[in-house]
Amino acid sequence: MNPARKRKIRLAVALGAAICLAAVLVYTSFSASSEAAQPSELREGRSYDLTGKVVNDSIARRGDELRFRIRDREGTASVPVVYTGVVPDPFREGREVIVSGELRNGTFLAERDSLVTKCPSKFTEDKQSS
Amino acid sequence: MAGVGSACLTIGLFTALYAAGASVYGAVSGRGQWVTSGRRAVYCLAALCVGAFAILEAAFLRSDLSYALVAEASSTDTPTFYKFTAVWATQDGSLLLWATLLSLFASAVLFLTRRSLRDIAPWATAVLACVAGFFLFLMVGWENPFDTLAVVPEEGAGLNPLLRHPAMMIHPPMLYTGYVGFSIPFAFAIGALIARRTGADWIRATRRFALIAWTFLGTGILLGALWSYSELGWGGYWAWDPVENASLMPWLVGTAFLHSIMVQEKRGMLKVWNVSLICATFTLALLGTFLVRSGILDSIHAFGASTIGVQMLIFIACVIALSAGLILARLADLRSSARLDSLLSREAFFLLNNLVLVGLCLVVLWGTFFPLISEALTGTEETVGPPWFNRIVTPLALVLVLLTGIGPVLAWRRVTPKRLLRIVAVPAALAVLAAVVLLAFTDAGDSVPSLLMFAFVAFVLGVVGQEFVRGASARRVMTRESWPRALARLAGRNRRRYGGYLVHAGIAVLFLGVAASSAFIEQRDVRLSPGETMRVGDYEVTYREATARLGGDGGGTGAPISFGAVMDVRRGDQSFTLHPSRNYYSTGDPSKGAISRFFEGEATSEVDVRWGLRRDFWLAVRPDLISLEGPIARADRQFGDSPGRVQAFVIGTLAELYREDPPPAAFRAIVSPLVAWIWIGGAIAVLGALVAAWPSPEARLRRVRSLYAARVGRELTRA
Amino acid sequence: MEYGLALLALAALIALVVTVPLRRGDQEERQDQTRIEELRAAKEAKYREIRDAELDHRMGKVSREDWRAVDRDLRDEAIEILRELDRLEGTPPEPGARTPS
Repeated sequence: MNPARKRKIRLAVALGAAICLAAVLVYTSFSASSEAAQPSELREGRSYDLTGKVVNDSIARRGDELRFRIRDREGTASVPVVYTGVVPDPFREGREVIVSGELRNGTFLAERDSLVTKCPSKFTEDKQSS
Repeated sequence: MAGVGSACLTIGLFTALYAAGASVYGAVSGRGQWVTSGRRAVYCLAALCVGAFAILEAAFLRSDLSYALVAEASSTDTPTFYKFTAVWATQDGSLLLWATLLSLFASAVLFLTRRSLRDIAPWATAVLACVAGFFLFLMVGWENPFDTLAVVPEEGAGLNPLLRHPAMMIHPPMLYTGYVGFSIPFAFAIGALIARRTGADWIRATRRFALIAWTFLGTGILLGALWSYSELGWGGYWAWDPVENASLMPWLVGTAFLHSIMVQEKRGMLKVWNVSLICATFTLALLGTFLVRSGILDSIHAFGASTIGVQMLIFIACVIALSAGLILARLADLRSSARLDSLLSREAFFLLNNLVLVGLCLVVLWGTFFPLISEALTGTEETVGPPWFNRIVTPLALVLVLLTGIGPVLAWRRVTPKRLLRIVAVPAALAVLAAVVLLAFTDAGDSVPSLLMFAFVAFVLGVVGQEFVRGASARRVMTRESWPRALARLAGRNRRRYGGYLVHAGIAVLFLGVAASSAFIEQRDVRLSPGETMRVGDYEVTYREATARLGGDGGGTGAPISFGAVMDVRRGDQSFTLHPSRNYYSTGDPSKGAISRFFEGEATSEVDVRWGLRRDFWLAVRPDLISLEGPIARADRQFGDSPGRVQAFVIGTLAELYREDPPPAAFRAIVSPLVAWIWIGGAIAVLGALVAAWPSPEARLRRVRSLYAARVGRELTRA
Repeated sequence: MEYGLALLALAALIALVVTVPLRRGDQEERQDQTRIEELRAAKEAKYREIRDAELDHRMGKVSREDWRAVDRDLRDEAIEILRELDRLEGTPPEPGARTPS
């Protein structure tokens, strides 16, 4: 096999592998992904990664359960959330959070340990920190 | 002094513009004085940035609250170490740090190459000056660190308590040094393309900078992981968070670059690949800097909309356009001068390793930007989480570790299959032995990827050990040295190679820790009252008593209140005590009561970890303040206007109340095997990088002599 | 105002420093010197390659014939570099002389 042909074969193999990887990437990511939504976009019957801000004065703890409300980042639509599991350190009212779960009968039932709280802004225009 | 600092930045911007202009003019017209002038301008720029940085630090250290930045990120009661490091916890300060590091590195490389690379250096100067100028432009135009407040506040906001951890404060300078370091080879690559000097000269001049950058970036990433593990309350070290990914991507591509430049140096191949790779590395470094500062991706760290997002995006687009355009325009100059002889050669395997690393980077890129991609393609914003990342990355990581074992075994150009088999026989046997032993005596077989990883790590360590031993014995045949001396001289005379082997060993050990701690972790979340016991793994954990401290926490972060627990842990005949706690920082929020202010601010988990070589025992507590809510509310009403001393006394009483009769607290206990080896592996890799980067004495001696000879020649001309 | 004064002072200082080479009218080192530096670096790299190849052979990765071939090529390349170095360094420096590089 002459060198030029060898090189062409190698190139073809490399390209083939790249296409395989790309296909795997695309397929697995779309099938494993979960939809991100804000409270106003929620619909019953499917699971979401709910994002939004914790409503002031809405946090209540009862034993293992944590209840609070999340509202749209820019807006007033809010939804009550029931959560169990580890609560991240930065979790407070007014902070942006992401929690996975499902909306049922108007209440968002969260998956255990799925609460993620954004670290408070270091780099925003708002120079005021609480 | 704020005015002086601000003036430094403004003049710095113009100096940078001059440096770029003078260098370009000097390069185009062939008039060397302008190039020298441009170089001097870069030195001046470094001086200006360092001066500005010093002024800013001085303001922080003396808590000068007239500076907006000091009021925002520091306070009079912040511990001194965190006052010093708070500078780069802010947007403006971190931009200044970037610019300062860049101008210092640029000065260093331009000084070292002032007599060589005459065609390339001016263009490289221009590129570096433009990048520095861009950061100065951002500061002067939008984010000036020297803004002062008309009304000086009484107290600053203080450093975010989550950041009050040594690792977290060293993390940004490390990352920035990494990003900045990669801009040096980038600038010289651009220069090489423009000047059409696409040989290995630009690589030789900037290789060390690339290695140093890679080391700092890697260390920064590990420090971030260490912080996450030992400071945050979830007990993990990597969450595939966009900000973590943003620093990982340039590191992956930078690793590929470090390998592929060796191929260009030795064989003159992969020229297009190398310039593309370094442009990609630098672009990703800018992207990493940018991602942290924009709201473009939702994540635990990505902050809200910022004032400089658009400008950075435009700058990144320009860098991509310039790089792509230049590479395409100079494709003819980038033709390889050699061909791949055999697949069983170092060149081929370096190329393979490059493909795996770039593949990994693309996977991380895809997953990180998936919300945007899915929104563009399907209209709904979707995210992928750690399970997806782990699933896709694991096989690639396995291949990568295997390659780190095969690479050192090969030689340039060609190794015959028979020879190769003979060389890998012992390490391969070691790997099989390790797998068999683990299968027989542990439950490592429960996780196939982990078992494979353990075997591959054994293979890599076997290969590295063998390389050292066989190399030393080859030396001893000629020199009759003792073993230790032979080993030392072997490494000393072949620093790049043996330093590199050490890095491979370190990375393998790191992956050992990652595999073991991901697959065999045991975790439990339980609520306990004093006296109760929980079991996790082989451990028994008893909640002995509650603790309450005021006015000073163990970590030196300046927390006013600290509630915690004393936990007795037992495993067989081994027992120890842990003291996890939770620090409560006060908030300046005026809507909160005077006493509840102390409990409603930030709170951080002060985790207690018993480090061990075989496993870590990690414990965090989340006290329940529910029994204190009533008393706090009453205290707010009664003592809201009382003087500070009375309030302190009240809080002391509340603390006692908690200690004597605490409600059940939530505990999380994690047993992670072999986590310590992640940090140890990282340290070994850094050591290896140091060895590889260390200048060799012979080259240094000869350089000095040649400088004298050059001076003689110059002086003869003038006379 | 502090800012304005500092602006003027720094601008003057920087201008002074960066124009030194322009005013001095320094006759920059000849093109040759750059080339010599680069050749020296290339020579070091070539020596390292020769040593690496020898080490590879002594550790058994390459057969004697393969090594001999590679070693010969590398030494030829080193000789080329040395030849050009001698050519550039050997002749006494002449002002204004330009050599093709």
